[in-house]
Amino acid sequence: MRSRLIRGLGIAALIVPLAAFAAGSGSAARNGAAGAQKAQTHAAVSGTVTFDGIWTGAEAKAFRKVIAAFNKVYPNVKINYKPVGNNVPTVLATAIAGGHPPDMADIAQPGLVKQFADQGHLKPITYAKPVIAKNFAPAWQQLGTYNGKLYALVFKAANKSILWYNVPAFKAAGVTAPKTWAQMLKVAKTLRASGTPAYSIGGADGWTLTDLFENLYLRTYGPAAYNALSAHKVKWTSKSVINVLKMMRQVLGDSANLAGGTSGALQYGFNDSVTNAFATPPKAAMVFEGDFVAGVILSSTKAKPGTGFNAAPFPVTNPKSPGANGVEIGGDLFVTFRDTPAIRAFVKFLSTAPAANAWAKLGGFGTGNKYVKPSIYPDAITRATEAPISTAKSVVFDMSDQQPASFGSTTGQGEWGIFQQFLKNPKNVTGIAKKLEAAATAAYKKSK
Amino acid sequence: MSAGEVTAEPPLAAAPPPSGEPGRFGRYAAGAVFLAPALFLLVVWMVYPAVYTIVRSFFGQSGYLGHWVGIANYKRLFTTATLTTAIKNNAIWVAVVPALVTAIGLIFAVLTERVRWAVAFKTVVFLPMAISAFATGVTWRIMYQQDPGLGAINALSRSVADAFNPSGVLSNALPSTPALQAKGGGLVLKTPLAPGGVALLGVTGIAPRDVPKGAVQAVRPAPKPGDVVGTVWRDFKPGGGKPGVVEKGELGLPGVTVDLRTTAGKVVKSTKTKADGTFDFRNVAAGSYRADIGAQTFAKPFGGFSWLGPRLITPSLLIAYIWIWAGFSMVVIGAGLAAMPREVLEAARTDGATEWQVFRRVTVPLLAPVLSVVFITMIINVLKVFDLVISLAPESTQANANVIALAMWRTAFGGVNDFGTGSAIAVFLFLLVIPVLALNIRRFKREV
Repeated sequence: MRSRLIRGLGIAALIVPLAAFAAGSGSAARNGAAGAQKAQTHAAVSGTVTFDGIWTGAEAKAFRKVIAAFNKVYPNVKINYKPVGNNVPTVLATAIAGGHPPDMADIAQPGLVKQFADQGHLKPITYAKPVIAKNFAPAWQQLGTYNGKLYALVFKAANKSILWYNVPAFKAAGVTAPKTWAQMLKVAKTLRASGTPAYSIGGADGWTLTDLFENLYLRTYGPAAYNALSAHKVKWTSKSVINVLKMMRQVLGDSANLAGGTSGALQYGFNDSVTNAFATPPKAAMVFEGDFVAGVILSSTKAKPGTGFNAAPFPVTNPKSPGANGVEIGGDLFVTFRDTPAIRAFVKFLSTAPAANAWAKLGGFGTGNKYVKPSIYPDAITRATEAPISTAKSVVFDMSDQQPASFGSTTGQGEWGIFQQFLKNPKNVTGIAKKLEAAATAAYKKSK
Repeated sequence: MSAGEVTAEPPLAAAPPPSGEPGRFGRYAAGAVFLAPALFLLVVWMVYPAVYTIVRSFFGQSGYLGHWVGIANYKRLFTTATLTTAIKNNAIWVAVVPALVTAIGLIFAVLTERVRWAVAFKTVVFLPMAISAFATGVTWRIMYQQDPGLGAINALSRSVADAFNPSGVLSNALPSTPALQAKGGGLVLKTPLAPGGVALLGVTGIAPRDVPKGAVQAVRPAPKPGDVVGTVWRDFKPGGGKPGVVEKGELGLPGVTVDLRTTAGKVVKSTKTKADGTFDFRNVAAGSYRADIGAQTFAKPFGGFSWLGPRLITPSLLIAYIWIWAGFSMVVIGAGLAAMPREVLEAARTDGATEWQVFRRVTVPLLAPVLSVVFITMIINVLKVFDLVISLAPESTQANANVIALAMWRTAFGGVNDFGTGSAIAVFLFLLVIPVLALNIRRFKREV
């Protein structure tokens, strides 16, 4: 949840400054709009759809552009978008308890979608299956399927498998963006020798640590193992987890190579970790985090895209793994609590490229829709971070968003708290694995 | 299902008065009409939520009621580590804060009676009360930052620490080859030296901006018969370069103290490096020697106390909280002091009591009612403390700083959405406050 807030702030900041780089994308945008206009209008479908979403500010404005594109095709359907902010899970849980859920909602936690589906609050969107199958790779349909039924459309996705680096610091050390994990470790060593610590870790926010773990796990062991661990079908004390924890230790274990050392890393939050890496002089040279880092760099540092900061895919840890180039995403899942013709029309429209294009051209938006052309993204960095989402062979959700919240996403507890202990003392890998397994067992038992 | 019940309840509470003689009935009716709005609000906002919370605490995680779990939620309260920490911390708060706030308030109140700028002083002490606790938390969090460059308190500590322990020229340096080893805070060259030998002391990990001023291209000195010569240099160029070899583009490190020691460790000679990093021990007697760079060169600058770390976080919170409430206590006690009969004090003084005796035997006993009001108010405030903890403690130590109210919020709304356990914590907190509240109400009644 916290990550949502920060991502929101980051992207709100991103949309404005990057719009200046938007030269050249105008024609593509116009084509998209023209395509939507050419389509037949469906005046027969009418009604109102209430929609509760996370987005506020610039993001809400961008979503209203999507609604406007929809209204060109369906002029008689009114979409009432209500920006709920960061509290969507609480608002929905209370609205459902009170018997008045909205028609549709945007949920960032797959775990919550599953919970609502299990409790029978959601309506399947089977009617949109053909449209989604046409626009998205099969993996995306899987992401919205719970208990064998399609319940959710992943409308928006954030790429979390990115390595952000400080260009001048890399130049001073004479290194280039690493492609493999071995190269990355070597680059880190060279950076340290050049006088700039390699890693900027935002350890005060537990989710930055779980994201690092998840990327390593996906890329080393592939999506099947990743999803098994997400569902706690693989134990946290298993060999694969231990190996990935050991890889993590290669990063976290060297206090001298972290911005602010170990104790500093524990006190810096995600935002600090970004400003530390892109301030002048930098406190570190690299940040592993999602596409939303760009927004924070642009709003809180003076670094410029290309010359000051740049993005590269997360290093490949195991080229033979089916997840070698896999992408971990944070997704916005659109779910429906009712089933009316107006809702059906909106869900189907959202699954098509014109809906995605309406937001993609503004930036701060990624999608798995294969008909969204990379040229529609407003600048080179957005293109580099968002285009891999629709081309990646394996796509998985953020693992901690899928787990019971008491294990995967509660401050100071479960995974977040235990990974912070790991950062504090990276020596005891097996002890940490045991703690994770105990916490997971308790949380999954309770959620049943 | 539930919303109906909410609106159905108030009319029940404001039930028509019992029938009687018409005159009395009219009186009751008028009373009921006047009471109805207040009663309605009281029932909707106080009685219904309180009753619902108590009932809810015996049910499971989600939904309007969920399933019956008996006292499982209460058991969890005393068996979950994060919750027991919260209870323990609250006990510390209750033990420390009310007593200290009352004592400090009393001291301030008595002293301000005697100073000239009493109003100005009182205003300054009272000012924190005018700031929201959340803003106070954010401000203190910045002041408590570990990095002395950010946190005011550690900046102050550093200026003291630096006076005793100045930091070295090369505080971040690392040896570039295994021949050079860390020893007692300094670096020692393991290769034995004899007159005519050359000592190469390459170090890395120094950012270009940290290289001492006046440094020029490093030089490998030619051996001189009878002398031990050598160089200390930044053994790094972009890409890494060859460790242990003086290359073009690598700078010498001037001003570094180098010692020549016997194999037993006794210092024979000591010298400082020149702009190109070279040094020269002249006329060394035959034998085997070691060269080292002393610990003072690498002395780390004062890193700051970890005020926000797991160990100090609760004391840090207590200090900030007392800072807020001392003003309140001072003003209330000051008012009590102003209302105190002067003649009693005068009489005591005339009878030859010292100022301390007057304070101890007259002022404090006469103030006892006011002091206990402050004390009890503070106990209630402290039991409910929430905003300061959530705004001041960084997420990595919020579990260590946990208090009951924060634990309640986190459990019920902070992602876990466990309304059952959340309600149980709320009821537990309510039970803790009741005795103190009862005491206060009895006191009010007595005073009336």
